[in-house]
Amino acid sequence: MNSINTLPISAPLGVHLFDVNKVRADFPILNLQVEGQPLVYLDNAASAQMPQQVIDRLVRYQTTQHANIHRAVHYLSELATAEYDEARRKLQSFIHAAEEREVIFTSGTTEAINLVMHGYGRKFIGAGDEIILTTLEHHSNIVPWQMLAEERGAKIRVVPINDAGELQIDAYENLFNERTKFVSLIHVSNALGTINPVKQMIAFAHARGVPVLVDGAQAVPHMQIDVQDLDCDFYAFSGHKLCGPTGIGILYGRAALLEKMQPFKGGGDMILSVTFDKTTYNELPYKFEAGTPPIAAAIGLGAAVDYLSAIGMQNIAAHEHALLQYATAQVREISGVRIVGTARNKASVLSFMMEHIHPHDVGTLLNQEGIAVRTGHHCAQPVMQRFGLPATSRASFAFYNTMDEVDALVAGIKNVQKVFT
Amino acid sequence: MANLKSLYQEVILDHNKKPRNFGVVAPASHHAAGHNPLCGDHLEITLAMQAEHIHEIAFNGESCAICKSSASMMTVAVKGKSKADAEILIEEFLAMATGKLDLALPNHIGRLAVFAGVCDLPTRVKCAILPWHTLHAAFASVAEISTESEFDPMHAPIGDA
Repeated sequence: MNSINTLPISAPLGVHLFDVNKVRADFPILNLQVEGQPLVYLDNAASAQMPQQVIDRLVRYQTTQHANIHRAVHYLSELATAEYDEARRKLQSFIHAAEEREVIFTSGTTEAINLVMHGYGRKFIGAGDEIILTTLEHHSNIVPWQMLAEERGAKIRVVPINDAGELQIDAYENLFNERTKFVSLIHVSNALGTINPVKQMIAFAHARGVPVLVDGAQAVPHMQIDVQDLDCDFYAFSGHKLCGPTGIGILYGRAALLEKMQPFKGGGDMILSVTFDKTTYNELPYKFEAGTPPIAAAIGLGAAVDYLSAIGMQNIAAHEHALLQYATAQVREISGVRIVGTARNKASVLSFMMEHIHPHDVGTLLNQEGIAVRTGHHCAQPVMQRFGLPATSRASFAFYNTMDEVDALVAGIKNVQKVFT
Repeated sequence: MANLKSLYQEVILDHNKKPRNFGVVAPASHHAAGHNPLCGDHLEITLAMQAEHIHEIAFNGESCAICKSSASMMTVAVKGKSKADAEILIEEFLAMATGKLDLALPNHIGRLAVFAGVCDLPTRVKCAILPWHTLHAAFASVAEISTESEFDPMHAPIGDA
């Protein structure tokens, strides 16, 4: 079976829904030369690059708008507070959250998941309770739940995957019982690119009264996200994979659940009043934003989602699908190279193995040609163990990548083979 | 980068393709396993000491080309040497791989100088030095080592065993 035919066909090859070259001109870093060659940046699943518009926004904030927020009555503090709140509204609209107070700024996906583990898990999950995860999880959606399970005597159940890297939905449904208290699952696999049927999985869990967290770190950059349509209880993602700064991320949470949760971190800004006898916590979302937040990074992330929205998430998805289809077809043609992760529904991630050549050697030799790919276990060791591999090489595409860059990757892979003949 | 281009040069690719002393020495007087969980590299070194010298030495396992060729060339270099001389070579190799050895000064590196370029690739240094740490561990009778364990072979004292 030729699985390339089963990839979603969104745009014919060579037809661009936006001008890629014009978009590339927005990204100064893409002009770099690496090892004397033009940079071919194919490590977008690890972190995406930042357009000039976001860089400029950060500079404008630091040069004309910075002060601490929610503190003082002076001009700059009022201005910084207004810009920070505006950034939250931009993120709210970007993921279609019903209310602004459901959007919590965190330091990233990892902190967002830890927030739910502490705020919800430690309050509502006890001895003998079960938490459902999947084989595809990133370590950031495994380790916090293991810590909770160990502390509380709870149990982790894991949804298996098939050889294509797709979740086995029958097995997922069979894992539910009266002890199931929480489901935490990845929307798009960072190691394989598999897009999971989260909406259907959430509906199944909800029919049994079980709340669901979705790790959307790899999904948000590639598709339009509507948390109300998904009907998830929590949705976590990072700013730096979205062309925003590092150190900022989002936890979306259903207001009714967030209200019931305990705070994750104690400190300033998350309180209404403090005496040594009793502290009254602030309302949402501030209850979960203790201390001075990364104000500049939040405002930068607001600018990043403006930038992406102007291009259009559907256009981005279509262009990336075209890149993935083309790359998949080209790499499949190379004998001695095997694609790992052949799900029917995939985001723009191409993990591969080269016969008799270790991924680290592949990565070093591709770098010699200016091509940046990720090699290793991708912080998803259970996925690697499932396929019996220590590591893979991974090319991950963004909307600013081109068909020419796919050609450069293919030529680079062939060159690696030549070196090892 | 000239060093990088010379890293994947013929001698390294040749040892990767046709590793010398690949296998197991049995019975072995010394043995250790080395593991880098970050990339899955693992190798085992067995050796037989006879009259204070390395009479036989072999390695096996799975790893990248840099690790495998480093192990292969190491076995060739230390075979017949005393433990003390082998430890000197281990020290020199580790210093070279981390950019701390002046190759212009007298040393015992010889053909192993093909690995000098690895010091420009911090993420690959561990690949090149894993066999040498494992050999050191074998002398010190540390049964199993890992690049990420509490006993960190990358920072273990060398030459005092």
